Amino acid sequence: MHPTWTALALSLKVACWATAIALVLGVAVGFLLARRRFPGRELLDTILTLPMVMPPTVLGYYLLVLLGRKGWIGQGLQDWFGINLIFTWQGAVIAAAIVAFPLVFKPARAAFETVDGRLEDAARVLGISEAALFLRVTLPLAWRGILAGALLAFARAMGEFGATLMVAGSIPGRTQTLSIAVYEAVQAGQDDIANTLVLITSAVCMAVLLTAGRLAPGRVGYR
Amino acid sequence: MQFDLNIQKTLRSGKRSFHLDLRLQSDSRRLVILGPSGAGKSQALRAIAGLLRPDSGRIMVGGELLFDASRHIDLPPQARRMGYLFQDYALFPHLTVRQNIAFGEARGWRNPDRQAGSEAVQRWLAAFHLDHLAHQLPGELSGGQRQRVALARALVAQPAALLLDEPFAALDPDLRIVLRGELDALQRELGLPMILISHDVADAEVFGDHVVRMRDGALDAGAPALETP
Repeated sequence: MHPTWTALALSLKVACWATAIALVLGVAVGFLLARRRFPGRELLDTILTLPMVMPPTVLGYYLLVLLGRKGWIGQGLQDWFGINLIFTWQGAVIAAAIVAFPLVFKPARAAFETVDGRLEDAARVLGISEAALFLRVTLPLAWRGILAGALLAFARAMGEFGATLMVAGSIPGRTQTLSIAVYEAVQAGQDDIANTLVLITSAVCMAVLLTAGRLAPGRVGYR
Repeated sequence: MQFDLNIQKTLRSGKRSFHLDLRLQSDSRRLVILGPSGAGKSQALRAIAGLLRPDSGRIMVGGELLFDASRHIDLPPQARRMGYLFQDYALFPHLTVRQNIAFGEARGWRNPDRQAGSEAVQRWLAAFHLDHLAHQLPGELSGGQRQRVALARALVAQPAALLLDEPFAALDPDLRIVLRGELDALQRELGLPMILISHDVADAEVFGDHVVRMRDGALDAGAPALETP
């Protein structure tokens, strides 16, 4: 396969996994922060939003410290499971997932906060269990906001550069994603390759943004 | 004893606190609690339904013990079988009229589909003249239609009692009179024990076999009793 397509395929794979992880965690944490009151709630929100504003390289450094062979998590993974995440595409997934996470959890929290608690109460008195009413009432009423966030997270994960480069490096065919390949091509003076890569990336990002715009809150059909 | 209520709860919001202390026994199947907004009527109703846990007290409805703080009994709202009519009806905006009414029948993790519904659903759709609206969303209904859907949704679940939170407040005055009559007839037909809370004396005149007044979280003993024949 042409290196361009390899890079695109890898970017899509990393972005899909990262979005899936950010989506599951973002919905869970967003729901928790929207519905439960506990001390340190806003502090937790702030900490979880940090990846959105911190320089990706700083984030990448944190991840190296945590996931590297000598890191708290990295050493455990290596000793118990023989897993090493540094310089692998799975490492790139984790980097992208953390960068993309606030883009899911912020709108998810906002979406859950707009769901009228009385609707959940109405389901409770009708005998519906907590888990079932989450799936039948809360999630369907919040899903548009969540999905719009997930699409932005996907676009962000596609474009991830700094943290990914720190954690996963730039191994062609293995960890060299589209955005890293652009950098490498420009560095090497391969303008034609850079042009192709940039056009592909722009097209994918446009498609994602257009879809996100269609799903954004405010276009909700009911109410 | 139809209703044996003894509910204490302190609610805090910022620096303000509100103390609910309702002690009330009634043999009547039609109990009306009158009071201005902020008197704690809705909170009392939420406590009976299990949506608000009292700090102390005991709640019995129709001979069934729902809550007893001293014996650590606190049935979850799912197990209390209360038909609850919310002030603004709290219809599920993403589900059709039929799906709303059949909501309690579908016990699994999925909502009833658009054609679903037992005979009971069909019967209440017909009884409330909602057949032709079965596939509409709540946002497309008038206030009176919404109230009927909410009532049907509560009744399909075969509740042990009806709890009505300002059921007519959201309606036009003319419609209010019509729907009062409908609910009156319905309650007499079904014989369901009912607690209705309202700020409107007219509701007490129609439904109040036993009328009490609440003010600042407690029964207002000083208010003149309102007796209806």
